[in-house]
Amino acid sequence: MKTIKIEKGQWAPGLEKAAKAFRLIGPVKEKDFHSFKPLANGALPDLTCLNTRLSPKSLVYPQSEVMFTYSLDESREDHHQLKEAVKDTSPRAVVGIRPCDAKAFTLVRLNFDTPEYQDPYWLRAYESTTFIGLGCTSPCSACFCTSAGCGPYHEEGLDVLLADAGDHYLARVLTDKGAKFLDAAGWKTAAKDADKTVAAMARAAEGKITSFVQTENLKSLPNNDLYSATFWEEVSFACINCGTCTYSCPTCWCFDIQDETRGASGVRMKNWDSCMYPLFTLHGTGHNPRGTKLHRVRQRFMHKLKYFVDKYDRGIQCVGCGRCVRLCPVNIDIRRVCNMMNGFAASGEACAIK
Amino acid sequence: MLSYTEKIREIAGRLLASGAVEMVVGFRQGTIPMMNEPHFAKTPAEAAALVWDSHCGINLANYLTDRKEKIGIVAKGCDSRNIVTHIIENKIKREQLVVIGVPCQGMVDKRRIAMKCPGEITEVTEDETGLTAKGNGFSQRFEKKEVLQHNCSLCIHRNPVIHDEMAAPPVEEQTGVDRYADVRAVDAMGPEQRWKYFEDLLAPCVRCYACRNACPLCYCPTCFVDESRPQWVGKSQDPSDVRTFHFLRAYHCAGRCTDCGACERACPVGINMRVFTKKLEKDCLDLFGWEAGLSLEVRPPLDVYRPNDPNDFIK
Repeated sequence: MKTIKIEKGQWAPGLEKAAKAFRLIGPVKEKDFHSFKPLANGALPDLTCLNTRLSPKSLVYPQSEVMFTYSLDESREDHHQLKEAVKDTSPRAVVGIRPCDAKAFTLVRLNFDTPEYQDPYWLRAYESTTFIGLGCTSPCSACFCTSAGCGPYHEEGLDVLLADAGDHYLARVLTDKGAKFLDAAGWKTAAKDADKTVAAMARAAEGKITSFVQTENLKSLPNNDLYSATFWEEVSFACINCGTCTYSCPTCWCFDIQDETRGASGVRMKNWDSCMYPLFTLHGTGHNPRGTKLHRVRQRFMHKLKYFVDKYDRGIQCVGCGRCVRLCPVNIDIRRVCNMMNGFAASGEACAIK
Repeated sequence: MLSYTEKIREIAGRLLASGAVEMVVGFRQGTIPMMNEPHFAKTPAEAAALVWDSHCGINLANYLTDRKEKIGIVAKGCDSRNIVTHIIENKIKREQLVVIGVPCQGMVDKRRIAMKCPGEITEVTEDETGLTAKGNGFSQRFEKKEVLQHNCSLCIHRNPVIHDEMAAPPVEEQTGVDRYADVRAVDAMGPEQRWKYFEDLLAPCVRCYACRNACPLCYCPTCFVDESRPQWVGKSQDPSDVRTFHFLRAYHCAGRCTDCGACERACPVGINMRVFTKKLEKDCLDLFGWEAGLSLEVRPPLDVYRPNDPNDFIK
């Protein structure tokens, strides 16, 4: 593995060069929080950002995405035909994404890229993107990545991992896509003994993580027992069934398809949906198999922490970014719920964690 | 105010032990700074988990909707007004409730505190007059009145309007408060400027509906945005649909909103949607002399008909 040394003085000029070959996207602060935005005209990503308030999943999987357009105007030859919507899939690079959010894309991919079905919208957007990650030197107090199969310098899903070494960045080149980006930026200086330095920085950052989830029992716990656990009443009581947790989550992937017609033309689009909403599971008959908030809250946690674990054997469907913990209006904390589930004993519900 | 916790626990424990109520709804200590979680206690032992501090901003009336049990509920001024509204709208019966009134001194705005600190806040402690926020390499003290939620700084009904028990003697109400300066500022804008203001205000909305769901007034079995047969409102991020949601939500709260601030507090992207509901609140005050949730005896102006109504259009 190659590591490149990027002097900070070369950062802005390098990005300017890279911008000729890539559409650049990075964390930008607007009003009181950061979000990922296109970096126009030499704007720099704000690498002081601890993390963006909402996850960057929308870069690949927009909240509302037009798939097809159509016309109902029968004087047109192509009326009532779905036409693929035009998308810009030219190369782009997300600069300054955190390792947790990059790994999250690899989990979401499990849903959008299967042997049977490939979602072309998600895949084209993902494949056109190069992910330049930034290791976390100061993880937030609600971050629990190290126990959620991730870490502050985790490399999965990244093309380049940057480590901030004071007056320079050490850039670990993880894929060919990453190498191409660094070439385009003109950063070529090989770093010496960088592996050790980055490994030490990673260890130091991991040591700063203070919150954890326990997941080791989740796989072996019987589904039905966990589903029937009495703690769901207590867990779900405070929930107001808004979509904040699912919409801010980098790994939640559920969507709904809608046609919207105005006059004689329309679009078929994909919109984020949320298991927190009653409409999510409402049948055409009027029956709703998840008719209460207890059903819906349980579904969210069971999907992330049990069904996903069972189905994919890739750990939990969570990277420990802590967004839902920080943003839940009523302080429902996935760390607490995960530990309750993991500590569940069918007989006496001996969940020690309160 | 820090003594409230002990008193709330004592009352809750007593109500549960005597069987006067089946559950007590209050707050328990949150898992992150400046957040508490709405929580129920069903046994006297569980009542020991109840807490009170300046982070109890969620409106607990929201947790009463259509419940059948006998419930003890911890209620600050605005919660009590929404409990009144719930009772007159038949969402809960007065006889089901034992209201544990909490004279409120305002809730703090965690985002304002966070923005005034140089780094991430890892611990917040509170004393009688203020709060101290600590994080990596800093410790900063705030007078409570500097960091109140905006609605709390304008509140003139801090004491519960109905109660069966009280966690403390009443607090002095704020007087001389200019409650509608922000509404007047929006009123004073020209149409274009106002349109731009609303456009900017709603631009970050992700339609998570946290504002709607945190609101005790929003209890329709199916909200108009969730109607699917027929579907009234589009599901996308189209600005006209986003606006439709916000404007209609606000109108549904006319004459009912107590400006408890739960909506603004819940919003993950910091939208102050209270500018809509406050305009309607002000209209109800100006046109009908009405403030929501103050009395169990008087019907709200928008659900009564009076033969002597001064407006001609209704005759």
